Amino acid sequence: MKGNEAIAHAAIRYGVDGYFGYPITPQSEVLETLEDEQPWDTTGMVVLQAESEVAAINMVYGGASSGKAVMTSSSSPGVSLKQEGISYIAAAELPALIVNVMRGGPGLGTIQPSQADYFQATKGGGHGDYHLIVLSPATVQEMADFVGLGFDLAFKYRTPAMILADGIVGQMMEKVVLPPFRPRRTDAEIAAQCPWATTAKRGRGHRNIVTSLEMDSPKMEENNRRFQETYARIQENEVRFQEYYTEDAEYLMVAFGSVARICLKAIEDARAAGIKVGLLRPITLWPFPTKEIAALSRRVKGMLVVELNAGQMIEDVRLATEGRVPVYHFGRMGGMIPNPDEVLDALKKDFPEIK
Amino acid sequence: MTPEEIIKPENKVYARPRLLDDRNTHYCPGCSHGVVHRIIAELIDEMGLEDNTIGVAPVGCAVFAYNYIDVDWVEAAHGRAPAVATALHRLNPDRLVFTYQGDGDLAAIGTAETIHAANRGENIAIIFINNGIYGMTGGQMAPTTLLGMKTATTPYGRRADLNGYPLRITELLAPLDGTCYVTRQAVHTPAAVRKAKAAIKKAFQNALDGRGTSVVEIVSTCNSGWKMSPAKSNEWMAEHMFERYPLGDLKNI
Repeated sequence: MKGNEAIAHAAIRYGVDGYFGYPITPQSEVLETLEDEQPWDTTGMVVLQAESEVAAINMVYGGASSGKAVMTSSSSPGVSLKQEGISYIAAAELPALIVNVMRGGPGLGTIQPSQADYFQATKGGGHGDYHLIVLSPATVQEMADFVGLGFDLAFKYRTPAMILADGIVGQMMEKVVLPPFRPRRTDAEIAAQCPWATTAKRGRGHRNIVTSLEMDSPKMEENNRRFQETYARIQENEVRFQEYYTEDAEYLMVAFGSVARICLKAIEDARAAGIKVGLLRPITLWPFPTKEIAALSRRVKGMLVVELNAGQMIEDVRLATEGRVPVYHFGRMGGMIPNPDEVLDALKKDFPEIK
Repeated sequence: MTPEEIIKPENKVYARPRLLDDRNTHYCPGCSHGVVHRIIAELIDEMGLEDNTIGVAPVGCAVFAYNYIDVDWVEAAHGRAPAVATALHRLNPDRLVFTYQGDGDLAAIGTAETIHAANRGENIAIIFINNGIYGMTGGQMAPTTLLGMKTATTPYGRRADLNGYPLRITELLAPLDGTCYVTRQAVHTPAAVRKAKAAIKKAFQNALDGRGTSVVEIVSTCNSGWKMSPAKSNEWMAEHMFERYPLGDLKNI
């Protein structure tokens, strides 16, 4: 099935309580699949096509306030519209899952694949000091798996998580093993797991309030310190990545999402020609595998960052390497996708000693 | 008579509602918000809904409503309360979910959320405070500001050619198939307060009964923003606001 369809099926099976979305290419299959499956008749999941991405993310905010597992999906221009709500969700310390199946920008751009929302996803996106947990799937299987992972992390840390997929992973079809069905949580389970949730008082004896507002500056600074402590714990515990052929690598490619798979093919071709190249694929774009890239920068001669953008993740790679080795970028934009030969040619051009 | 002789339970005709917190509000003296808060607190108690209610607070003067009425509250982004309430109610369908919004929140920045929640017939109650001005930010023009009315952003009076016309959004909501009860009330006299209370009670009951969206507009005063005394504000409202925003039911099915 398609990556977008895998997300929909995985959401139903995970026991998601609500999905709120708005059609936009190339992710409309998420909403379409959910409407086709009619999960309200089976698991009781709420599915609603909102009047806008702004409304959809605020529905997510409302649903998450009551402790429910809620999500939305969109593509780049729509995710820009959601940024207000994402900032509120982060500030109110609510768990939620947001899916961005990226298309080329800026502006209306193109419906073809892109990775140009890396900055937006990993550096905050909306206003204020916050981070999202950002998961980068490279396969349809990971599209399915990261729904559950995203929710697990979001509830563990009470912070929104994002699946940042490129349009290739959203649209391509692969075999996938869907997760088993699990029941949605009961009201009692939600009250126990989320004592902060606005479920109505229900004998609790005191009111719960979900807000991001604090007019007292010392208290607001304290709130910000708490957010930063959460982010520090996430950085300490939740970095995920995959390494390929790095044991003896003289050169390292760094790429995420479907581009990592293109790079892997280029690396296999290089190795067949006797060039020792490895690959690091960050799975979490935030938290970023800074330590791992720093360690590799002490072993390799140089790095090539390959992205479907003008050079975004390369900034985090360069910060990690602290100038120890040269770091170059090869990017395609506007929906263009490189083939493995182009990637290999870029590596040879940047490192002329490679024959 | 000494005060002790007067203060006896049998002489008590008026008390703070149990669910209205005993604390100073940030509202200006004479503002209509206090009266409407009181009505809501009384109704939630009288209808036995304390344990079953989720309020959605706006951005605007009522942003701290959650500090005054003792039920669960979600503080929404500016204008987004109907979207927030939509999800709260769909995911918790046996609860009373209501929004409490001002004119800037509901009729300007949140117009889309308001119209579409009402058009979907979300089973929520929308309490809409229309005082014709942005109170919290310092008295700027609202969509409902009357023509000729002076505000911080219409210092020479609102002009139709520059600023458009005062928006009667309640009249826009009444014809929608999703609304079951749309009414316009005020709280400037004891009789009006009693009518407003009956209207909000009906709106809450409609939401509980799943009859669709109810909208209760309360034409209100903002004596600070209008730069009048509370008493003068009530007179001015009856004289000018009711002409543009006449009281009564627009829809009641």
